Amino acid sequence: MAVHAKNHDYHMVEPSPWPIVGSVSAFIMAIGGIAWMQDWTPWVFFIGLAGVLYTMYAWWADVVKEANNGVDHTPVVQMHHRYGMILFIVSEIMFFVAWFWAYFDGFFRGDDALQEARVAFTGGTWPPTGLELFDPWHLPLFNTIILLTSGTAVTWAHHALLENDRNGLRWGLVLTVLLGVLFSFVQALEYMNAPFSFSGNLYGATFFMATGFHGFHVFIGTVFLLVCLVRAQRGDFTPQRHLGFEFAAWYWHFVDVVWLFLFASVYVWGAWGVEIHH
Amino acid sequence: MANAEAAHLEAEATGHDYIAHDPDTPRGWRRWVYSTNHKDIGIMYLVFSIFAGVIGAILSGFMRMELQEPGIQIFHGLAAMAYGLDGDSAVDAGKHMFNVFTTAHALIMVFFAVMPATFGGFGNYFAPLQIGAPDTAFPRINNIAFWLLPPAFLLALMSMFFEGPAGMYGSGGGWTIYPPFNTSGQPGPAMDFVILSLHIAGASSILGAINLITTILNMRAPGMTLHKMPLFVWSVLVTAFLLLLALPVLAGGITMLLTDRNFGTTFFNPQGGGDPVLFQHLFWFFGHPEVYIMILPGFGIVSHIVSTFSRKPIFGYLAMVYAMVAIGFIGFVVWAHHMYTTGLSLDVQRYFVAATMVIAVPTGVKIFSWIATMWGGSITFRTPMLWAIGFIFLFTVGGVTGVVLANAGADRALHDTYYVVAHFHYVLSLGAVFTMFAGWYYWYPKMFGLLYNETLANVHFWVMFIGVNLIFFPQHFLGLAGMPRRYVDYPDAFSLWNRVSSIGYYVTFVSLLIFAWVMIEAVLKKRRAGDNPWGDGATTLEWTLSSPPPFHQFSTLPRITTDAH
Repeated sequence: MAVHAKNHDYHMVEPSPWPIVGSVSAFIMAIGGIAWMQDWTPWVFFIGLAGVLYTMYAWWADVVKEANNGVDHTPVVQMHHRYGMILFIVSEIMFFVAWFWAYFDGFFRGDDALQEARVAFTGGTWPPTGLELFDPWHLPLFNTIILLTSGTAVTWAHHALLENDRNGLRWGLVLTVLLGVLFSFVQALEYMNAPFSFSGNLYGATFFMATGFHGFHVFIGTVFLLVCLVRAQRGDFTPQRHLGFEFAAWYWHFVDVVWLFLFASVYVWGAWGVEIHH
Repeated sequence: MANAEAAHLEAEATGHDYIAHDPDTPRGWRRWVYSTNHKDIGIMYLVFSIFAGVIGAILSGFMRMELQEPGIQIFHGLAAMAYGLDGDSAVDAGKHMFNVFTTAHALIMVFFAVMPATFGGFGNYFAPLQIGAPDTAFPRINNIAFWLLPPAFLLALMSMFFEGPAGMYGSGGGWTIYPPFNTSGQPGPAMDFVILSLHIAGASSILGAINLITTILNMRAPGMTLHKMPLFVWSVLVTAFLLLLALPVLAGGITMLLTDRNFGTTFFNPQGGGDPVLFQHLFWFFGHPEVYIMILPGFGIVSHIVSTFSRKPIFGYLAMVYAMVAIGFIGFVVWAHHMYTTGLSLDVQRYFVAATMVIAVPTGVKIFSWIATMWGGSITFRTPMLWAIGFIFLFTVGGVTGVVLANAGADRALHDTYYVVAHFHYVLSLGAVFTMFAGWYYWYPKMFGLLYNETLANVHFWVMFIGVNLIFFPQHFLGLAGMPRRYVDYPDAFSLWNRVSSIGYYVTFVSLLIFAWVMIEAVLKKRRAGDNPWGDGATTLEWTLSSPPPFHQFSTLPRITTDAH
C-alpha cells in the first residue's frame, strides 16, 4: 500500500481486522461469563473464548510473518517489542501485587481488634484457627525445584540458540515445556488434596486465587514456549534474531520469580509453626 | 504509481484534504474499524468521549432535577416508566435508581469521557506528532485499546437494565463499588456487568499505556532528548506509567469482588476472615493515581496553550517536568486519605495527611509556573487561552479544598458530604473537563483543518464557566452544613443552595448546546485553517505540518536542534 518512500525504519503496520474481532469476542465472553455465573448457559462464554483464542492465533501469526519477511522488524522495531514486553510484565507484576496484598492483609491484620467479626473467625491468628496447611517441604518444594530446573533448561535452550546449536535449542525447549507441564500436574495433585477449601475462608481464597493465577500464568508460559518449539522446528529464529524466544524466556522467568515469592510467603512463612496436613 | 506518488506529495505539500487525495488512506468503514493510524484512532477516541460525555451529562441532569426541591421529584416517575412499577414500589425503585444514575454518571465520566479524551484522544493524536514520529509503536494494539472501550461502555450501560438489589435494577453502589453493598447488598447480575466493564476498560488502558510509553521512549525524532520533549508528551508519559501500575491492582481487587459475589470466597467478608477495608485499599491504590491520570494530560495541554498565547516559552520547563513526575510518584503513596473514617490507626492517618499535603508542592510549582509564563508575556485571549486560564483558576480552588480535606480531622466532618462532591468536581468537571475543551479548541484547527467562530466559542466558555461554578460552588456550603452525598432527598434546610445548583446545571446544559452550535457552524462555514493559526507562540512540531496533517506524517524524520517546548 505504501506508494511513497519512507525514510525511516519504523514499521507502518497495515490495517488489521484482529483488534475489532478481538474486542467483539471479549464482549461476548464477558456477557457469556455473566450468563454462566447466573446459570443461564455456559455456551456464550465459550463462543467468546473461541473468538479471543482465534484472534490471538491470527494476530500473532501476522506478527510472526512480519518478523520473518526480513523487512518490517528493523532494529528499532525490535527495540519497541522489548519495551512492550517489559511493560507488559510490569503490569502483570502489579496484578500479582493485588493478590499478595490480600494475603498479607490476612497475615498481618487478621488480629485487628477493631474488626471483631473477623477476629471471631480467625481467632486472631494466621492462618485462621483450626486450618491445616500443606507441608512446604513436600510437594511445594518439589514444584519449586521443577520450576527452577525449567528456568535453567530454557537458559540452556537460549545458549544453544546463540551457538546455532539447533538440537540443543530443541531439546532445551522440550525439557522446559515438559517441566512446565509436570509443574501444572503436581499443582493439580496438590489442589485435589487441599485440607482447606476455596470458599468460606480468607486463607483458602487467597491461597487458591494467588497460586491459581500463578498456575494460569504457568499454563500461558508453557504454551508460549511450545509455540517457540514449533517455530524452532519450522526453522524460525537465528542466533542474532529470536525475540519471540527471548520473550517466552523472560515470561518464564517472571512466572518463576512469582512462584518463589509465593513459596516463601504463602507456603513457608505462612505455615511456620502451624498444624501441617499429612 | 508515479502519478499516485505525485498526488500524495502534492497533498502533503499543500495540505489539501487528505481524505480525497492521499492514495495511502484506506477507504470506507475499514479505514476506521481496522485502523492502524494514530490520528484516526485519536479521532475515534474523541468522538467516543463526546458521545459518552453527553450521556453522562444527561444522567447528571436527572440528578439535579431530582435535587432541585426536597422530596422525591422525578425518580419514582422514571422508575414507573422504566420498570412498569407503581405506588410505593415505584418510590423504592426510584430511590435506588437515583443511586444507579450517580454510579453510572461517575463511571461513564471517569472511564468513558475524560480518560478517552485526554489520554486516548489527544495523547494518541498529538504525542506522536510532537515527538516527530510517523505513528505509534504498536498501531494494532492502539486500535484494540480503542475498540475495547465500546464493549466496556455497553456493559456499563447494560448493567442499568439488569437486577441489582432484589427486585430493583442496576448497580447503585457508586463508582467506588465498596463491599459489602456491592457483594451481598446487590446480588443480581447488574454488578457483574459493572465489574466486567471495568475489567475490559482496564485492559484497554493498560494496552494504550504500553503503546504510548514505548512510542515516547523509543520513537522521538533525532535530537529530541527527554529534556527537549514537549510538556504534553511528558504528561502523557507520566500518565501512561500511572495507568500501567495502577490498573492491574484494580483488576485484582474487582476480581476478588467477582469471586466473593459468585464463587463463595470471603476476601471482603469478615465471617470468613476477610476484610471489607481491604477492598478500599486496593480500590484507592488504583483510585488515587486515577485522579492524576485524568488531570495530568490536561496539565500538559494547558502548558502549551499558556505558552502559545503568551508568546513565551513555558517558565521553568524542567521544574514543570519533574513536578509532573513527582505528582505521579507521590500519587501512589497517598491513597488512604480517602479512608480516614475506616478505622485506620492514628499513625497511619498522620502519615497520609503529611504525604497528601506534599502533593500541594509540585502542584504549586505548576500553577506558579503557568502564571510566571504569562507574566510579561504578549497575551492574546483566544478561546483556548480562556479555557486554560479558567482551568488554572478553578483547579486552584479545587486544590485548596483538597488541602482542607487532606486533614484527617477536618475530613471526619466532611467525609461523604457535598463538600467532597464540590472538591472533586472542581478538579475534574471544572479542571479536567476544562482542559478537554482547551485542548479541543487549541487543536481543532489542526485536526480538522477548519476554524471555529471565535466569538461563539467565547460565549460557550463564559456560559459554561458561569454554569459549572453555579452548580458546584454552592455545594461547598451544602457540604459544610452537613448534607451527605448519594441521597435522593434532603431536609428543607438545604433547599436554597440545591436549587441554585440545579439552575447552574441548566446554564451548563445551554453551554453544551452552544458548543454543539460552534461545531456545526465551523463545519458549515468551512473556514480553512492554515498550518499554524496561532502564530509564533505555537512552537511544537504539529504546527509545522498541514492542517489536517497528512495520513502518514514525517516520512522523513525531522531533526531537532532547538528546544521545541
